Amino acid sequence: MKESSVFLTSSPLPFCSGCGHTLVAENTGKALNKSGFSPLDVILVTDIGCHGIIDKSFNTHTVHGLHGRSVALASGISAGLNNPEKKVIVFIGDGGVSIGMQHILDAAHNNYNMTVVVHNNMLYGMTGGQPSELTPMGFKTPTLPQGVDHPNHDICKLAVTAGANYVRRITGIGDYSEFFAEAFMHPGFSLLEVLENCPSYAQKANPGIKIKNIAAESGYEEKLFASGDRKIYKTRINTGTKSLIDESKCIAPAYSSQLEKPVRIMLSGSAGEGVQNAAEFFAKAAIKSGLHATKKGSYPVTVGVGFSSAEIIISPEEIFFSGFPVPDILIITSQDGLDYARGSLSSMKPEGRVFIDNSIIPPALWNSRSANSTGPASSSTITSHDFRGRAGRKNAALYSLAYYLNIAKFFPPEAFLETLTESRLGEKINFKGMFTF
Amino acid sequence: MIPSSQKTVFIDGSLLVTESLVRAGADVFIGYPITPANLLYLYSSRRFPTFIAAPDEITTLQLMSGYSAAGRIPVTATSFPGYALMLESINMAYMMELPMVVILVQRLGPATGTATGGAQGDLALLNGTISGGLTLPVVSISGPHDGWVLAAKAVEMAVQMRTPVILLTSKEEMMTMFSFDLNALEEIKPVTRKYFKGGDSYKPYLPDENLVPAFVPLTDKNHQVRLTASTHDTCGILQNTAKEALENSVRLHKKIIKNSSGYSFYDLEEEKGAGTLIVSWGITALAAKEAAGRIRKEGKKVSLLITKTLLPVPDVYYNIMARYKKVIIAEENLTGQYRQILFGSKSPDNITGVNKFGKMISPEEIMEKFEEIYYAPNACRQAGDKFSQIVPSA
Ligand SMILES: Cc1ncc(C[n+]2csc(CCOP(=O)(O)OP(=O)(O)O)c2C)c(N)n1
Ligand code: SF4
Repeated sequence: MKESSVFLTSSPLPFCSGCGHTLVAENTGKALNKSGFSPLDVILVTDIGCHGIIDKSFNTHTVHGLHGRSVALASGISAGLNNPEKKVIVFIGDGGVSIGMQHILDAAHNNYNMTVVVHNNMLYGMTGGQPSELTPMGFKTPTLPQGVDHPNHDICKLAVTAGANYVRRITGIGDYSEFFAEAFMHPGFSLLEVLENCPSYAQKANPGIKIKNIAAESGYEEKLFASGDRKIYKTRINTGTKSLIDESKCIAPAYSSQLEKPVRIMLSGSAGEGVQNAAEFFAKAAIKSGLHATKKGSYPVTVGVGFSSAEIIISPEEIFFSGFPVPDILIITSQDGLDYARGSLSSMKPEGRVFIDNSIIPPALWNSRSANSTGPASSSTITSHDFRGRAGRKNAALYSLAYYLNIAKFFPPEAFLETLTESRLGEKINFKGMFTF
Repeated sequence: MIPSSQKTVFIDGSLLVTESLVRAGADVFIGYPITPANLLYLYSSRRFPTFIAAPDEITTLQLMSGYSAAGRIPVTATSFPGYALMLESINMAYMMELPMVVILVQRLGPATGTATGGAQGDLALLNGTISGGLTLPVVSISGPHDGWVLAAKAVEMAVQMRTPVILLTSKEEMMTMFSFDLNALEEIKPVTRKYFKGGDSYKPYLPDENLVPAFVPLTDKNHQVRLTASTHDTCGILQNTAKEALENSVRLHKKIIKNSSGYSFYDLEEEKGAGTLIVSWGITALAAKEAAGRIRKEGKKVSLLITKTLLPVPDVYYNIMARYKKVIIAEENLTGQYRQILFGSKSPDNITGVNKFGKMISPEEIMEKFEEIYYAPNACRQAGDKFSQIVPSA
């Protein structure tokens, strides 16, 4: 069917004699002629495989990527161009479909503007004739002389299910450029599967095969599977997004602090009990008092259950090392918190202080060093207090920090109260009441 | 105490990095969620002009390559598991010379490891990312201000050198909140892109004097673009191991080496008369900074080098280290990955590491090592006698 095309060079195409890939290339050139595109409005993206080495023969833009990834690459190109006047075409083999099937489903699903041409010669040509996921049952290959023992995937049906706008299977004989032109002109994601022969491997392993017969035997129907008009992908570009910096609220120093060296405070409680918020407000209150602060959280991946622990550093000087080898102060507001903090508890130094909700300590763990003469194994002084009883489950964490701040006076408790009152929670919760000790 | 002139906010590193990237001109974020990179994903979804939720990390890198080829500047953020999936595609983008930034937020491995555990364990992987021993630019963040400056620089490097650039950081730096003075933020200008300005004959891989080929996006209607990940000539045609094609592949490496000298980022605090130099990168550099400060307060002398451009290794690091009798290299991985990149698997006697797996290195641990070698002069050589082998000849 050789016919001159502005899209295809006149030099011989790089495939074995009789290879179905030659016809696909020629039909593509002819169909592009018919469709009225100019060569540099076309971007041909080729996969790895024999079919993929065709890029040098096309006068379009060409992109030759990785095995199986061409459809994802072309999706990015199509979305990046964001221009329905451009034609993105992917050449891929049945091998590429096997290793990169998700990309095809994804591209069909998103309905990127592009046409995928599947060169289905029912085996991996370039690597020596191994079976793919599209190799039909019974089909032999040089590496599988007994033939494939299970049915093939049907990429046309899969593409339809995923939402492709246009899908057609063709037996790759003669001039089928009409169908190609139809697909190229169809907006959105289109897929053409061409059943082909690989004379070098398929022919030898299956003497006398005819593509038509194989197609009929394996249920590879030659037909139009879909021709729809689902909305095509459009890339959203919003150049007016707001600066993240401008959105961050500045904290002006309104109080002062006599703190002389950094203090590491660990607050350990249960998920859903406001531990992280409490720690963040505390840190902000420290900043309000002219201190530097850091805060990080630990919680299980299932954020709504189990422990929730926060580590706060407040310091009169800039903080470089935000690690937390040993807390100076450990506040435990729930059993989950105790379970999580056991390691920290036992590593604490004699000058450290531990506050623990008095509802949660199993007596077996108490030792003689605590202020109430019993407490979990730790060399720090342990004080128990009724955080949960006084402030309720939801506010025990906040209250415990306020309680301790009132004792330690690292910075004025008023700074903490003000930070809370000014916060989004200020309207809902009476923090003032909580600051009576 | 914080002076009242400060504009103090309480934020995290992910926010600074995201804002910086956008201001520098990056305009599309494509990502797949993974701890500890999720804050970058979240902020990017609000801030980037285009945000794409990809279905996996291979697709992420492929979509980025497509957007990049179309003239956009894409960014992603991931951690080791995602980076591992991206590996082949990063090689592809490197071969196609497509600008993009990949933020690698290190967490504790191997494999899925501990998603919320910090680490500095992926540098050896980055050093070997490009098959064949070619170098990939890696810039590492040490502290909030670096996040701001170096994210923008990564965009600039990617565009100027036409390459993927890795911005290396870790859980602790991207997730911990800290008080920060907004006055410390310098203005960031969007990167200026150079496009092909020649006549009719465009060769996609014909390099300029800086070994960088002129860029033509796939939107162009006048010049044919051929991009390929296979070994190719200057026209972008597959050539196997033909001389021109091999030279082109080698050029990719030379291009990075040649242009990286303009992007050697490091902090150096040299103290006169100090015999010991502490070298560190990433999160551990902050512990090292604190350690150095405390050592000096104790009346001892020490110098500090915080390396930020990690790969390709700037020559100047060797020159600096050669000035010291003893060098301590501190990093949070089992075997000292940067130390091994710098000195091989057996370091010279006067080079020693502080390494740790699964927990942050504290200033005290660095100070302990300092003390240990400070009082053991016999264990170390005189300056220069080992280094003569490692200082690159001029
Ligand atoms: C990730 C990866 N795995 C394996 C290969 C090796 N490989 C090259 S081509 C190919 C199969 C090609 O078969 P197909 O896609 O059907 O194309 P054909 O050669 O038949 O045209 C394979 C497995 C590769 N290049 N990349
Ligand atoms: S090996 Fe098969 S698929 Fe490859 S070019 Fe030859 S005939 Fe075509």
